[in-house]
Amino acid sequence: MELGDLYTEIVTQYSCSQRHRHPLEHPDVTMRGVNPSCGDDISLALEVEGGIIKKAAISGSGCAISEASAAIMADMIEGKSTEEADRLAELFLGMIRKTVTDENELEELEDALALQNISNMPARVKCAVLAWHTLQGALKKLETSPQGTVG
Amino acid sequence: MNEYLYDFPLLRQADDKGRRIAYLDNAATTQKPQAVLDAVAAYYKTSNANPHRGAYDLSVEATKSLESAREKIRAFIGAKKAEDVVFTKSATESLNLVAQSYGMSSLAPGDRIAVAISEHHSNLVPWQIAARARQADITYLYTDEAGRIPSAELKSKISGRTKLVAVAHASNVTGVINSIEAVIERARTVGAVVVVDGTQSVPHMEVDVSALDADFYVFSAHKMLGPMGVGVLYGKEHLLQEMPPFLYGGDMIEYVEEQESTFAPLPQKFEGGTQNVGGAVGLAAAIDYLDRAGMRKIQALERELTAYLLDRLHSVPHLRIIGPDGIEDRIGVVSFVLKDAHPHDVATILNADRIAVRSGRHCAQPFLHHLGVQSTCRASVYLYNTKEDIDRLAESLKGVRRWLVHGIG
Ligand SMILES: Cc1ncc(COP(=O)(O)O)c(C=O)c1O
Ligand SMILES: [Zn+2]
Repeated sequence: MELGDLYTEIVTQYSCSQRHRHPLEHPDVTMRGVNPSCGDDISLALEVEGGIIKKAAISGSGCAISEASAAIMADMIEGKSTEEADRLAELFLGMIRKTVTDENELEELEDALALQNISNMPARVKCAVLAWHTLQGALKKLETSPQGTVG
Repeated sequence: MNEYLYDFPLLRQADDKGRRIAYLDNAATTQKPQAVLDAVAAYYKTSNANPHRGAYDLSVEATKSLESAREKIRAFIGAKKAEDVVFTKSATESLNLVAQSYGMSSLAPGDRIAVAISEHHSNLVPWQIAARARQADITYLYTDEAGRIPSAELKSKISGRTKLVAVAHASNVTGVINSIEAVIERARTVGAVVVVDGTQSVPHMEVDVSALDADFYVFSAHKMLGPMGVGVLYGKEHLLQEMPPFLYGGDMIEYVEEQESTFAPLPQKFEGGTQNVGGAVGLAAAIDYLDRAGMRKIQALERELTAYLLDRLHSVPHLRIIGPDGIEDRIGVVSFVLKDAHPHDVATILNADRIAVRSGRHCAQPFLHHLGVQSTCRASVYLYNTKEDIDRLAESLKGVRRWLVHGIG
């Protein structure tokens, strides 16, 4: 695969995006995600109200692929219900694992489609999925916490 | 043309675009010369049997293969007796053996273990585990910014309560050669035992464990032209004698009765289970190869390559070397970071030009944290590398930021 298929305009733009790089004052859940081998280390914080993700914020640092993936994800899940966010995460992971290949179905992933080529780069798959695994972890934590609030 | 390159089939291969690989990840593992591949194949073709177990000729031959490999290793590292050389499956296993057997049987609550902050996780985590089990404490020897351990650090951290010191001879992150002589001298004054991780030194310089007076010294075959799956533990005889075995089972026992067993003498006491004889034969062939080239000559050649590498890296804009940027007291392992470019992306982009470097934390998270970097790229050379490999690296590095930094494309 060519580098141009990986480091696309969309990916480099999102990887430098600061939109979700601000601390949340009262996050309902925070979750850390780490790729020990390459050193990607991000934290995702969510503010959730009535089952709707109001705000998503990213901190930490990682490679361009993991940062772009996190920024795209944060953009996408704001305003969506937690169930919807979880479903999108499954869809994204399905795209990378190539278990979902139907283009109409994948259309929903919008800008995240820019990361589809990563499925052909085993060495970078972990970078692309880190944020989405972290999201799923955060949602699970939210669900199992007694009052729905965990720090 | 490098005179060794031709001996390495993998390095000679061209891809569909006619490019050889510029293999610069020798600190992770090295390529294997034809002589090593042949020796391993010949062992399996003509001499394979389970050593130590059969009365028949072939088993005796397999035993001989294993023991002559042991003797070759002994001579290569200057050990006094072949019995002081124990086969393991890796440097990691060797270090775990020392921590589990020596550490667990000799450490007492309140004892201190001095560990260099620059250690590979293999010479750090086993000590954390042993320390916790024995209620001992770990004291870190911190390095300066270049990754060197100041001698004042040895004086202040290796003290009366220190029972063990764990330090690498050469760092897999910065390439720094630590003054093991100074570490051992200091340890002697307080009666501490010294465990030296020689994984990055044995492949690249002359090492004499007896002259050093190291108590334990470990390394891996695969980083010195040998096969994967073979490691070495050298230990002083009196220490190995007193230590309990590590793996229990076949080959390491003398008498086994229903309730009790007695253990085989050194070195079999530490070699439970069928050994990797083919791997040991491969390591012996690798040592022959290194001896033929000559360790002094290899070191001089690598020094020249490293000087060239540092020079070319200095010419790359926005590049910062992590570790010493001079040539003294180092091996050919060089870590660096590029501004606004994550090492993982850098390695992917170099890969597109068929250049292999390592990126990440190099199994040394506490060290990277200490140096204030999250991860680095690392280029590391060996005797078969060429200036052309290094030129390709430098040229490719100059183009990296164009892919990653928005607006400079
Ligand atoms: C300094 C150092 N120690 C220990 C190791 C572990 O070697 P192995 O993976 O062969 O056990 C390595 C290699 O990764 C190393 O560079
Ligand atoms: Zn990554």
